[in-house]
Amino acid sequence: MPLTLQEVEHIAKLARLELTEEEKARYREQLSAILDYVAQLQRLDTSSIPPTASIFSGDSHLRPDEPRPALPREALLKNAPEHEQGQFKIPPVFE
Amino acid sequence: MDYEAVIGLETHIQLNTESKIFCACKADSWNAEPNTNICPVCTGMPGVLPVLNRRVVEKGVLLAAAMHAEIQPVSYFDRKNYFYPDLPKGYQISQYDRPLAKGGYLDVPQADGSIRRVTIWKMHMEEDAGKTKNDPLTGTRLIDFNRCGVPLIEMVTGPDLRSADEAANYLIRLRQLLRWIGVSEADMEKGHLRCDANVSVRQKGETILNTKTEIKNVNSIEAVRTAITKEIERQIREYQSGGKVEAWTLEWDEDTQTLKKMRSKETEADYRYFREPDLLPVYLTDEWKVKILETLPELPLERRARFVQEYKLPEYDAELLTSERSLSDYFEATVRAYGGDPKRVSNWLMNDVLRMLNETGQTAAELALTPTYLADIIRFVDAGTVNANTGKSLLQKVNVSGKSPAEIIQAEGLAKVSDDDAIRAVVEQVLAESPKEVESYKNGKTGLMGWFVGQVMKKMQGKADAQKARALLEKHLN
Ligand SMILES: [Zn+2]
Repeated sequence: MPLTLQEVEHIAKLARLELTEEEKARYREQLSAILDYVAQLQRLDTSSIPPTASIFSGDSHLRPDEPRPALPREALLKNAPEHEQGQFKIPPVFE
Repeated sequence: MDYEAVIGLETHIQLNTESKIFCACKADSWNAEPNTNICPVCTGMPGVLPVLNRRVVEKGVLLAAAMHAEIQPVSYFDRKNYFYPDLPKGYQISQYDRPLAKGGYLDVPQADGSIRRVTIWKMHMEEDAGKTKNDPLTGTRLIDFNRCGVPLIEMVTGPDLRSADEAANYLIRLRQLLRWIGVSEADMEKGHLRCDANVSVRQKGETILNTKTEIKNVNSIEAVRTAITKEIERQIREYQSGGKVEAWTLEWDEDTQTLKKMRSKETEADYRYFREPDLLPVYLTDEWKVKILETLPELPLERRARFVQEYKLPEYDAELLTSERSLSDYFEATVRAYGGDPKRVSNWLMNDVLRMLNETGQTAAELALTPTYLADIIRFVDAGTVNANTGKSLLQKVNVSGKSPAEIIQAEGLAKVSDDDAIRAVVEQVLAESPKEVESYKNGKTGLMGWFVGQVMKKMQGKADAQKARALLEKHLN
């Protein structure tokens, strides 16, 4: 079942993407095809198979609770277009 | 028409680990300069991998056990996707359908002696976001990522609370429990324990759930109490005037003590949760779980009940002595060292040691006045070696010097003087120096006896046996 254009627009909005009309039509087709394929997979009976969240098994690879020195602040801030008082500076957020 | 409130609380609990949940940055940034506890992982740089902090799981398991929840042998992390400037990755790593624990409850004693059982609907591990603040001068926002990746437990109750006081009591008991089991500092002012409240009202006797509002940003127990009270009143007024309650999100403004309507937020379906592919499932082996649970102490309400049972303490004493774990440990250690009536130990603790704790800001465990020393002092008073006032002044002296009570009594010559001749000499001196009072007394002002005893005590630096002094005074005056 193909996605509606409104659904494509909603998904784009959630991902903060601006799409042209041409892109909306193309992504509608592509996304619909992906969903159709997933729908096909969902027809299989997998009730007796445990879900796979990872192909590695048995160990969570945990870290000891030991703090280590942080990154120098300048190294982080140099990635920002603007900063002030050691903080990232961004335009106001409209609520 | 009688209305009742239906309240559920959503809490975020900051765990008191040393490092963050998925990276080795320092977790506690209280008073730290902005962006000084940060690294590529917690600031969402491309190509980095989160690695789970073992202590976060351990503290989460302890809390789950204390809340009587079902601890899950396998749980998963998921991505909760949304855009906000305080969230550098564009998603928060959280848990969704397979969290660390399921179910659970907290029993909350109420002022009337009843117990409200509050069920837990959701309990999971997640990472905190950063902080943004507006700069009104330039009209911009400044972002500090120090808090990004600080470990949290999100815990959501069922709609089980029926008044603002019950909600406040829940938070008081939760805070007590968190500190008791040592998983969080639980300081609401510092944001270690944050609370949002879902509030609706209905006619008494009904079982339906009416439309609820969500109150955000309530950062103290009193703010929770006031904000919920006001919202309950507003909703009742709304229904009584024939209006309806809408599903608003409200923000508590501490300065004006009012609730303000916030923008409606994205619905849950918009978060597009999916499994976090960068993290492995959390496998909690039986062996590890047993090891963690070995460190779970007796819980506060259990200990309170045991104090009443085992030591025959009044409820009031038991409640006060179990308000904090180190105080209750201190009490028990003193009772053991003392060997006498536990109520006597309780009196000394509640009257004098608690005041000392308040004044010095110490915890019971930090006192130089150890349980053994306190027991010594009580026994010295019992045996009449020192009088009660000297005993009380010894508490301070021991705590300041760290010396044993016996040593101080010896060094300062504090032992009670029971020797008749010594007291008689002072009694005679006092009477000789106070002819006017003696005359008044002999003319029937017998109330002066207390004053005479006081004079004798004063001359003997409080060391005299007061009963002996009184007997000798009476003998001389009559
Ligand atoms: Zn980090």
